[in-house]
Amino acid sequence: MKLLTKSTLLAVLAVVLVIPGISMAEFPEKPITYTIPFNPGGESDITARLQEPELEKYLGVAVNVTHKPGGGGAVAWSEFQRTAKPDGYSVVGCNIPHIIGQPMIRKDAGYETDGMKVVMWFHFTPNALVVSKDSEFKTLDDFIQFAKKKPYVGTVGGSGTYSANHLETIRFMKAAGIELTYVPYTGTGPVIPALMGGHLKGAMTYTPVSVNYKDKFRTLAVAAEERVPALPDVPTFKELGYDIVGGAFRGVAVPLGTPQPVVDKLAEAYTAANKQIAKKQLDLGFVMKYATGDDAVALIGTMRKAYGDVLADIKKKK
Amino acid sequence: MVFETFMTLLDPVIILSIFAGVSAGLFVGAMPGLTATMALAVLLPFTFTLPPLHGLVALGAVYMGAIYGGSFAAILVNTPGTPSSIATAFEGYPMSKQGRALEALSIATVASAIGGIAGSLFLLLLSPPLAKLSLRFGPAEYFWVAILGLTLIASLSEGSSTKGMMGGALGMIIGTMGVAPIGGETRFTFGMPVLQGGVAMIVALIGLFVLPELYTMAAKGKTALTAVEVDSKARSSFWRVTKTVFSMPGNLIRSCIIGEIVAIIPGAGGNVANLVAYNEAKRASKHPEKFGTGLPEGLVATESSNNVTVAGSMVPLLTLGIPGAPPDAVILGVMMLHGLRPGIELFTTSGKLTYGFIISMGLAAIAMVPVGLLGGRLIYKVIFRTPVYFLVPTIAMATMLGTYAVRNSHTDVIIMLILGTMGYLFKQIGIAPAPIVLGLILGTIAEMGYVQTMLSGQASQYPALKLFENGLSHILIGMIVFSAAWPYLAALKRRIMSKKGGSA
Repeated sequence: MKLLTKSTLLAVLAVVLVIPGISMAEFPEKPITYTIPFNPGGESDITARLQEPELEKYLGVAVNVTHKPGGGGAVAWSEFQRTAKPDGYSVVGCNIPHIIGQPMIRKDAGYETDGMKVVMWFHFTPNALVVSKDSEFKTLDDFIQFAKKKPYVGTVGGSGTYSANHLETIRFMKAAGIELTYVPYTGTGPVIPALMGGHLKGAMTYTPVSVNYKDKFRTLAVAAEERVPALPDVPTFKELGYDIVGGAFRGVAVPLGTPQPVVDKLAEAYTAANKQIAKKQLDLGFVMKYATGDDAVALIGTMRKAYGDVLADIKKKK
Repeated sequence: MVFETFMTLLDPVIILSIFAGVSAGLFVGAMPGLTATMALAVLLPFTFTLPPLHGLVALGAVYMGAIYGGSFAAILVNTPGTPSSIATAFEGYPMSKQGRALEALSIATVASAIGGIAGSLFLLLLSPPLAKLSLRFGPAEYFWVAILGLTLIASLSEGSSTKGMMGGALGMIIGTMGVAPIGGETRFTFGMPVLQGGVAMIVALIGLFVLPELYTMAAKGKTALTAVEVDSKARSSFWRVTKTVFSMPGNLIRSCIIGEIVAIIPGAGGNVANLVAYNEAKRASKHPEKFGTGLPEGLVATESSNNVTVAGSMVPLLTLGIPGAPPDAVILGVMMLHGLRPGIELFTTSGKLTYGFIISMGLAAIAMVPVGLLGGRLIYKVIFRTPVYFLVPTIAMATMLGTYAVRNSHTDVIIMLILGTMGYLFKQIGIAPAPIVLGLILGTIAEMGYVQTMLSGQASQYPALKLFENGLSHILIGMIVFSAAWPYLAALKRRIMSKKGGSA
């Protein structure tokens, strides 16, 4: 009897201690759902589709990309934070500044910036100030001089309100001491014909636009730390004396409470995938990132500080 | 470019999609109560998994087949299968009663194919230059175009223009739910985070176009239709019929042009085109008194004009994002899902896809001839024997599955059911679903245009003046005034005419 109890106890202990260890070691053992909070065809979706086969190769299970668009990502993030299980099989794409700005500005965003665990930020599309090829503005200085002479006449289009484009425009105005008029569009797509048709003086958009429309648009400056590989001739704002670095960072997150080994495994898989697709993405004007663990959290902190003042100002005005 | 694209369409999968689409469309269109818009709305979610070109080709073929299929029921049962074949029944049914049903069907087939090809040609030739012109459309112009669309809906909607206007306004209100397209405020979310996504256009489309029809079918509860007995011995040679159709080139050209003009006007599609073309054919005829007794001329006019509207109505859609006819709203939904934005880029960056889609509709029109002539007999036998109690639940199920698939959202299914039920009730008091859907689409365009104009005018003391700044805006405003006044002018003209008629 005593022996039995002892062995039972041992068995239980063994189960408790060993089984999770084994199952950890085996993660993943079933398909992973990778939710994209935007429509198919956008940059997040295109990247996910590039990553999908690489992730499957690395993890050995199927990775199913699904879409849950709405509210600039908020619909997916709020549902993810409410319902996703912290087992590593639910992964959601996430973006800066969206996850920083929305909970600050909206009353019912339905989620919190820190309500999910970021596994990795895998790339960055810096903001870029772009004008039409036939525009009178040849350099960033031309643009600034114009804005100084005619405040508010310089219309700058961009994707969305409180978006990376919007906040960068505000930071640029502050840094250069000028007044521009920011005109939001629903996404980067519609900004392009508006700039082509001469309805805007310029656009604060992302570097892939500069690369894709090299023959139609001129990029005056990019908001990156260093020059973007695909645009070697375009100066950074920093070089020109305006300390603004920003844009959209894309990454993936899992629910809070997901076991660390699982997070690490996912981070490794995304890192491996990122290396495989780097060449393709660099040519398109992306800047690759490999921010995992503490670096990933630190990046949210940096960007929150960078855009925080601007957002707080907006909130006060409302 | 065009030739190259044509070669890519010779892929067996595409050819198969065209034939499958035309057959499915023919089936749905021939079934009274099931409209082309509804067919597209039900089938749309099932094209998600297809590449964009395949999805668009399949839906384009369904659209083409459905408008043609409407003639089957019109000719054989005296009930238009879709509203685009109303006038087809005027001539087709008398022909059937005279034992010339197969001749009438063959004429409808040939005329529809010609109309379909003409529509694709119009689209192919008109849209690239118009897309270039679309670059000149800034926020102010988009605002005015959307307002023009709204006034047109009102003046063209079936029934009273007040009710059309009310439908449009209702659609605009539904469109304001969720995060504002510009400004980022959340509106009408009632504290529910999931409503930040608003009412997706596709969800509204499925609900408003499909459910009311289903309710109506279920309420009528008819089990089978009684068709004219078809005397299969009275075959008519295809070549003779083709010769008959081509022996009236004036009629064909006139009807195709009428079809195209009606198609470009937002809100009006085959449902208006077939009636106008029929009336004009009658007016131009040497023997107008014979109309209504089974005259091929009338049949050619209606069936060619309504099939022109299929591709023809996509001119404003592909260039400005404004649906020329209600079914185009569904096509717009597919395009948006694949990140294809109407405008110049469709004809440059994604030119291959756009031209492929346009040409595929011409091919679908050609495919109607073998499908209609060979499969037609089988199709109408199936149609007249499919009981409603089987059809309604099947479509209802497909509708719900499809709605869920749009955004993987249960909420969307609930929204769809609520909107559809509301749509049915509104239909009972004379507010049709089409103006509601167009209001939803145009309202968002108008709002964006207005806010963007006001914002970009910040430098001036009166930003609103920017709305009236340039020539294109003035032209559009002129058109708005004209279209808003049109119903009153028409009524006035009628009154004067009747007075004259009375005194004479």
